[in-house]
Amino acid sequence: MDKAKSMIDKKGASGPFHVNNCQSQRGFHANGSCCSSNTFGSSTGGPNSSTFENMHHLHRGDDAECNGSPAKRCRLRRRTESLRRSRPPFPWFGMDIGGTLVKLVYFEPVDITAEEEQEEVENLKSIRRYLTSNVAYGKTGVRDVHLELRNLTMCGRTGNLHFIRFPTQAMHHFIQMGRDKNFSSLHTTLCATGGGAYKFENDFRTMADLELLKLDELDCLIRGLLFVDRVSFNGHPEGYYFQNPSDTQSCVKTTCTLDNPFPMLLVNIGSGVSILAVYSENNYKRVTGTSLGGGTFLGLCCLLTGCETFEEALEMASKGDSTNVDKLVKDIYGGDYERFGLQGSAVASSFGHMMSKEKRDSISKEDLARATLVTITNNIGSIARMCAVNEKIERVVFVGNFLRINTVSTKLLAYAMDFWSKGQLRALFLEHEGYFGAVGALMELLKTTEDP
Amino acid sequence: MAEFVRVDSSTSGHTMDKSITLPPDEIFRNLENAKRFAIDIGGSLTKLAYYSTVQHKVAKVRSFDHTTKEATGDNLYEISVQEEVTARLHFIKFENAYIETCLDFVKDHLVNTETKVIKATGGGAHKFKELIERKLGLKVDKEDEMTCLIKGCNFVLRNIPHEAFVYAKHADSEFRFQTTQPDIFPYLLVNIGSGVSIVKVESEDKFERIGGSSIGGGTFWGLGALLTKTKRFDELLQLASKGQHTSVDMLVKDIYGGSYGSLGLTGDLIASSFGKSATADKEFSKEDMAKSLLHMISNDIGQLACLYAKLHNLSRVYFGGFFIRGHPVTMHTITYSINFFTKGEVQALFLRHEGYLGAIGAFLKGAEEDNPNQYSWGENYAGSSGLMSVSPDMNPMQRARSGTFDMLEMDRLEGKLVNLPLLQDASSYIPDTVDLTEDAHAREYWLYCFEEALDGVVKRAVASQPDMPEAAERAEKFRQKYRHKLQTLRHQPFAYGSLTVRSLLDTREHCLNEFNFPDPYSKIKQRENDMALKYYQKAVKCLDELSWEERQFALVRGVLAGNVFDWGAKAVSDVLESDPEFGFEQAKRQLEERPWLVDSYDQWFERLKGPPHKCAMFFVDNSGVDIILGVMPFVRELLSRGTEVVLASNSGPALNDVTNGELQILTESIAAMDPVIQAGLREDRLTLVQSGSSSPCLDLSRLDKVLAMVVRERKTDLVIIEGMGRAIHTNYYAMLRCESLKMAVIKNSWLADRLGGKLFSVVFKYEVPAPSQHSAALTPS
Repeated sequence: MDKAKSMIDKKGASGPFHVNNCQSQRGFHANGSCCSSNTFGSSTGGPNSSTFENMHHLHRGDDAECNGSPAKRCRLRRRTESLRRSRPPFPWFGMDIGGTLVKLVYFEPVDITAEEEQEEVENLKSIRRYLTSNVAYGKTGVRDVHLELRNLTMCGRTGNLHFIRFPTQAMHHFIQMGRDKNFSSLHTTLCATGGGAYKFENDFRTMADLELLKLDELDCLIRGLLFVDRVSFNGHPEGYYFQNPSDTQSCVKTTCTLDNPFPMLLVNIGSGVSILAVYSENNYKRVTGTSLGGGTFLGLCCLLTGCETFEEALEMASKGDSTNVDKLVKDIYGGDYERFGLQGSAVASSFGHMMSKEKRDSISKEDLARATLVTITNNIGSIARMCAVNEKIERVVFVGNFLRINTVSTKLLAYAMDFWSKGQLRALFLEHEGYFGAVGALMELLKTTEDP
Repeated sequence: MAEFVRVDSSTSGHTMDKSITLPPDEIFRNLENAKRFAIDIGGSLTKLAYYSTVQHKVAKVRSFDHTTKEATGDNLYEISVQEEVTARLHFIKFENAYIETCLDFVKDHLVNTETKVIKATGGGAHKFKELIERKLGLKVDKEDEMTCLIKGCNFVLRNIPHEAFVYAKHADSEFRFQTTQPDIFPYLLVNIGSGVSIVKVESEDKFERIGGSSIGGGTFWGLGALLTKTKRFDELLQLASKGQHTSVDMLVKDIYGGSYGSLGLTGDLIASSFGKSATADKEFSKEDMAKSLLHMISNDIGQLACLYAKLHNLSRVYFGGFFIRGHPVTMHTITYSINFFTKGEVQALFLRHEGYLGAIGAFLKGAEEDNPNQYSWGENYAGSSGLMSVSPDMNPMQRARSGTFDMLEMDRLEGKLVNLPLLQDASSYIPDTVDLTEDAHAREYWLYCFEEALDGVVKRAVASQPDMPEAAERAEKFRQKYRHKLQTLRHQPFAYGSLTVRSLLDTREHCLNEFNFPDPYSKIKQRENDMALKYYQKAVKCLDELSWEERQFALVRGVLAGNVFDWGAKAVSDVLESDPEFGFEQAKRQLEERPWLVDSYDQWFERLKGPPHKCAMFFVDNSGVDIILGVMPFVRELLSRGTEVVLASNSGPALNDVTNGELQILTESIAAMDPVIQAGLREDRLTLVQSGSSSPCLDLSRLDKVLAMVVRERKTDLVIIEGMGRAIHTNYYAMLRCESLKMAVIKNSWLADRLGGKLFSVVFKYEVPAPSQHSAALTPS
């Protein structure tokens, strides 16, 4: 049983090449060095085709001469590509420049041949070493080692995918570093998404002679998310949810994969919040958004408590008690407001106690941080729930760096979805929270360079 | 949540420091007859409600007995001033700091001992329970806040025209008042107290809290106090109105360098509220933080309201609660947010009497046995404060102080008022032709005009009560009151909804009634009616001698010439006063020659060649020559053609307009001279109804129920509206489902100028509705 499961998981791990019909063929038959042209493309096959379907196609492709069939087109492309040997040169980066954080994914090839090693230019080598041998870069850059995806096959190469982040404020340092390391001599395009791809495009060009390939952030988000879910997290599911979300005692984090992920309501909580209804990899709409996001939490916390980092703010929040700050239904009614079925423990007014001077004078920073966190989280939950009902979608997936090391919020969201929908909605979370945009950008790099 | 805020500790300390700015007996009026008290105590304001009765002097007319006729000389009828008792609702709003002083005053003046209970609602009700019971000796009976709120909301939406408005900060007039919808349900009420409650209201008794949010007024206040060290809610709003949110918020352009084009998100859009305070290492100004907070909360509430409105498919969304309560800053940000999230599909609506909803509702709960909902109620302009100025330049602190005591009075009207069933679209009907809130030039003129006419009105009022020595003193009080109203309206044209010529006239009538001048024109009307009656037979005889064709034109000219006799019009009242012998014939000569300013006489004449109308409803105007020599011969002709006629006249007096009481006596005495009229009355083909109004103008959406019934029963197919007040100031653009005739002489040179005519220009507007199923029957063969 376990063995069977692990087999499936393993197949799942090489999933990207199963997902697209043409590649599946490739994945099974072709030699490893040759990469499919449209691994991440959408010209053929459905993005959510199952492995079984892929095998079915594989079979058809082998014995039939279907004119214009995906299989045939795929073979044609393979032929032209093998001629061009058009795999993008290393290094492979994907970058997502958000309002607060820059997310960077770096593919470190581990299957480098001796020949390659020799050919590899010195600064490329130094970049690889710099990134892989450190976990912190400068004052503010961090590599999330625990998220690293190991022995991943991308574009026919095997390697490790590294996840790095640094504050958007440090963007100019980063660009300078790119200039100092003569990054532009390596290759000319850097795939970038997020608003910063637009904002800093000119700086990249003028300061570091680097040309950005700008990508839509929502396209990248969805592509990256589906990819990471498919390849799984080093053999474990990428997703998780909370069992018994309404009971703090028996609430348990439980892993899961996004089988049949569509439709899903995707709630991306960065500095601000975007809410998307996703019907397939390429069919989605932005339903709405709110400006009350991670940036608001941190911004208010900084103003209210004098803290400086997200980690500090969360640390304080974890020790605080929001009921000293918020006015609850029971503070007003002495108990439940039965006329409207409101529990006494429900928050009636966020920061409501702070209208009184005595309470303001006696409050702790920790309580304030906790109240800020709870307020922002509940509000996102509330808007997400309304959108889910309006869009008639039952699965709500929360991503974004606001959820990083933030179990208070994930549990609260899980609870809010479950409680207010009377069990109709389920909140799902993903381990790589904020990195999907960057992964999506990297996938675009591998795709675009191969397109005719 | 509704208003849960407790009294701010900083204000409760110096309760007695503040003096009441008005004499308390002008605030708590009619307490001696008061019964059924209700109180709504919010976070900072208390609203007291009570039901009372007012003794009014009313002018009644009564036919003389023929046996005693010789004793009274020439008069046809006698006028007597009688006392009449009418029901009035009083609502008073004041700061919580005054609560003790006010309760003491109420106690001292409370005579009625039947009252045992006071209905109470609002977050502060339990805090002050003991105080109220001790001071007033009444048992406090608590009512559910939300139920009271909804009941109050239904009541004002139903009874106060122009209750709801759209707020547009940068428009010519900040307020766009909504016409009363025949059906007020369903709607969404978003109550922003310390938290937010979103309530769907489907009928009088059916409502449901469908959602809410904890981010509300309390969040603005609490978080704002923490961020800016500013204690008061009003001060926070003031800070916010001066701040720049862009220095604190992260905008789309801060992230993108410009707009996010593919999603249609503009660069100025807020991507992350307070986003810059997380990264920028600097001090932020109090103003900027308050502004950012205000945007954050308003946008959030707006977004949720839109999501709920969409889910429940509701387009009418009213906003209330202390966060809104007349504050231009919050109304603006909420409006902006709603526009953004619904792309204009849903409008944010606000209520003029929003602060009173809880008190009104609590009162209604206690008055269920009086069945207040079976009546129509009207706002008494004389006793109501009107909406405070919300000019953005005005310091909110000043606003709060000047609004120390705010009053609303509602008078019970006889029966229920309903729509004219013949309105083409009742929901889009607007009685008034010009909205003076929007037309600054016209506003200037009319305010000036009414101010100018005030001396004459005062003189007339005194003259109408020669036997009462204190009349001059009362008239002086009337002058002060009305002048003060005019001044208020000059600065706050929106105080009572849209400012119109009608509302100016109605306010004057309310003020006259207030000082017991129920009918200043009664004597003049009596004299002119008597004089005109003497000429009636001769006038009819002259008309009968004309050919049919000539007669039709003469009848129309007669109505128009009669309409020149109008004491309400300044140009004419000057002439009438200087020369009482100003004759009917002279008036005819004064009329504009055809073609008139608006002239569809030819079409009307063609129509007369066709089959008679089934039934004509005639909204009449003035007493004297107008009704007797102008209208009656016209009515006579209609009756002769075989058309039934319903004469609709005012229920109560207004200027020299003929009242229903007067018209009954006049019609009977005409019937005594004229067999056609007599037969009409006898055969029930000529009917008199009252309009339900006491205004020189006409609101076809608020008419007496009986009138509407008659219209339906008699299958009325022609509506005639006569006079400047009813056919030009109002209803000029009214669209009816049947044929209509609007006739008036313009007796105001400014208005004539505006309409492109001159003094005594004629409006003769005959309209046939666009062809429909029954038009074929009406087309002359």
